Amino acid sequence: MLAYLTKRLFWSIPMLIAVSIVAFIIIQLPPGDYATAYVAELRHQGDTVDPLMEQEIRVHFGLDKPIYVQYWWWISGIVLHGDFGQSLDYNMPVSNLIWARLGLTLAISITSLLLTWLIAIPIGVYSATRQYSALDYVFTIFGFIGRGFPEFLTALVLMWLAYSWLNMDVGGLMSAGMEQQPWSFAKVIDVASHIWVPLVVLATSGTAGLIRVVRANMLDELNKPYVETAYAQGLSERRVVWGYPVRVALNPFISTIGWALPSLISGDVITAVVLNLPTTGPLLLRALKNQDMYLAGSFILILSVFTIIGTLISDILLALSDPRVRRG
Amino acid sequence: MTDTTLINPTPIETNDAKEALYRATPRQLMWWRFRKHKLAVVSLCVLVFAYLTIAFAEFTAPYDPYEITEMATMQPPQSVHLFDEEWNFQGPFVYGLKRARDLETAAVIYTVDTDDIVPLHFFVAGSDYLFWGLIPGSFHLFGAEDPDTHIYLLGTDTLGRDLLSRLIHGGRTTLTIGILGVFFSFLIGITLGSISGYYGGRIDAAIQRLMEFIRSIPTIPLWMGLAAALPVEWDPLFVYFLITILLSLISWTHLARTVRGSFLSLRGEDYVLAARLLGASEKRIITKHMLPAMTSYIIAAVTLSVPEMILGETALSFLGLGLRPPVVSWGVLLQEAQNLRVIVQAPWLLLPGLAIVIIVLSFNFLGDGLRDAADPYGR
Repeated sequence: MLAYLTKRLFWSIPMLIAVSIVAFIIIQLPPGDYATAYVAELRHQGDTVDPLMEQEIRVHFGLDKPIYVQYWWWISGIVLHGDFGQSLDYNMPVSNLIWARLGLTLAISITSLLLTWLIAIPIGVYSATRQYSALDYVFTIFGFIGRGFPEFLTALVLMWLAYSWLNMDVGGLMSAGMEQQPWSFAKVIDVASHIWVPLVVLATSGTAGLIRVVRANMLDELNKPYVETAYAQGLSERRVVWGYPVRVALNPFISTIGWALPSLISGDVITAVVLNLPTTGPLLLRALKNQDMYLAGSFILILSVFTIIGTLISDILLALSDPRVRRG
Repeated sequence: MTDTTLINPTPIETNDAKEALYRATPRQLMWWRFRKHKLAVVSLCVLVFAYLTIAFAEFTAPYDPYEITEMATMQPPQSVHLFDEEWNFQGPFVYGLKRARDLETAAVIYTVDTDDIVPLHFFVAGSDYLFWGLIPGSFHLFGAEDPDTHIYLLGTDTLGRDLLSRLIHGGRTTLTIGILGVFFSFLIGITLGSISGYYGGRIDAAIQRLMEFIRSIPTIPLWMGLAAALPVEWDPLFVYFLITILLSLISWTHLARTVRGSFLSLRGEDYVLAARLLGASEKRIITKHMLPAMTSYIIAAVTLSVPEMILGETALSFLGLGLRPPVVSWGVLLQEAQNLRVIVQAPWLLLPGLAIVIIVLSFNFLGDGLRDAADPYGR
């Protein structure tokens, strides 16, 4: 186990380095650099800018240095001082802007992941044990439809339905007047009446896929002799199903957490733009559109690091639950 | 008799049928199995219909997708009727709409005018176009006889452009991106996947790590980052091409995994060993012996990855980072329906979303059907 753990931990180091390089490339991709953008911004405000000054800014920020030197400065600043660079658009350090939003993204992603399991596992097990029943068909149809709906469309439709049927504006994290008020019971209720939309949106797409996986795995397991033996021993159906085949059928699950996480975070980014949530999505989009590249790059870097850590955790969980994995 | 056995080859009733089953080529067997999958067959029909429609977009779309009609902004869809109010048969027609303003809010309201019957004509002369940018023409599949009267079966957008025409022309962009993108990721996926599966060992490990790495990055933020780097002022066609390549650069891993998996299982087969003992070169073994054996799996995997491309394009364009107006694509169309106020006023602007769902589901069902049909050990 320890050997597997060390090996797995060791492997995530090159992954993290590669992710940081990709994020840095994204920062560098747009034509021009920080200095050109900054000068353009000043000119836009009506200042006259000396071309010499542009050069000075470039030297000041080290933008005239070779690319690998710049990368080294950027990454060592992050690792050693937690300094993600300066946001051009907001004119403040990136680290002041991102953590609250990242926290909310992570909270929404993890909650919807848990919600997905809470819904998908019982439904999948039910569908498998009552194969071809009316409810099984209902769930199958739901699964198919959930597969076809992109997240942003689900969010749009939900927002529209909530408005036209319940007369509720569910965009944002809370109603417009609530933001300035201190936390109270009414505020919690208000947040709850908004937060269900992104959770439902993200959980729908995940649930649809997972129900199919659980159902297929369960059907494989239910036909095995050990299940029949358990029944023959006189165990109740509940004890047989939940005690044995479910535990085996859930194995592939743990290994897919790592893949579920990137798609959840992707989904959160785009859903948040539609619903105007104060998570990473809208800020990342804005940063990209305004070429506020340090902000955008930091977001992409941190979101990717989250998913790599998530994959690492899921691999460790898998090793804990399945002896075949840890023996390699 | 042969007809019934073709549809359902498993219960072999007669010698004729038995004979047909034994003599059937693998391709025939696949086709028979595929036909049993009703949903897949329906999906195939839907997709053929959709691609035919977009192939002849200039003809099937009733109007020019860029034509602005100021007096018909945000007009609701007109449904096609066959009978009028008194149940007299009139042939296909729509009721004309009266445009008025709400006296209090000054909002434009349309009311159905049941006296104004606009018959639907087929093959009518309308706005001029260049078919595929080459052949001039002016005939459209349907329309009103009088070129000044417009029929909006799916309504109009905020500028008074016909949504149906825009949907058809947008489909041309979105649906071809799906196919083109899959073509590129197929090239990358099959090359790396087959190298990985055939050679194994260190090369395999390296390619595996690369795939794991790409899978572990959240796709939408990465796509967003890369797409944002494309300058706005570039030629739309070039941007279209680059977006397609961008999408495939990230989503080839799924295909590569399928290819690698089948390579690993085929590598141990006796006929591959036989070919190697007979002195066939590695290139020959891969291309002549192993690839044909997995064609059907690859086709199924390719079909299943088209929706990924389509969803990627729509998501990016929806966010304003992919294709931008004046290019029409389904994502660009949905961009108009981005805020609640517009959706409440004109819910039909969400219809491109319905088109996306239908196409994505069809590709999924078709892929499922193909995969089942390709499995020689399936039922």
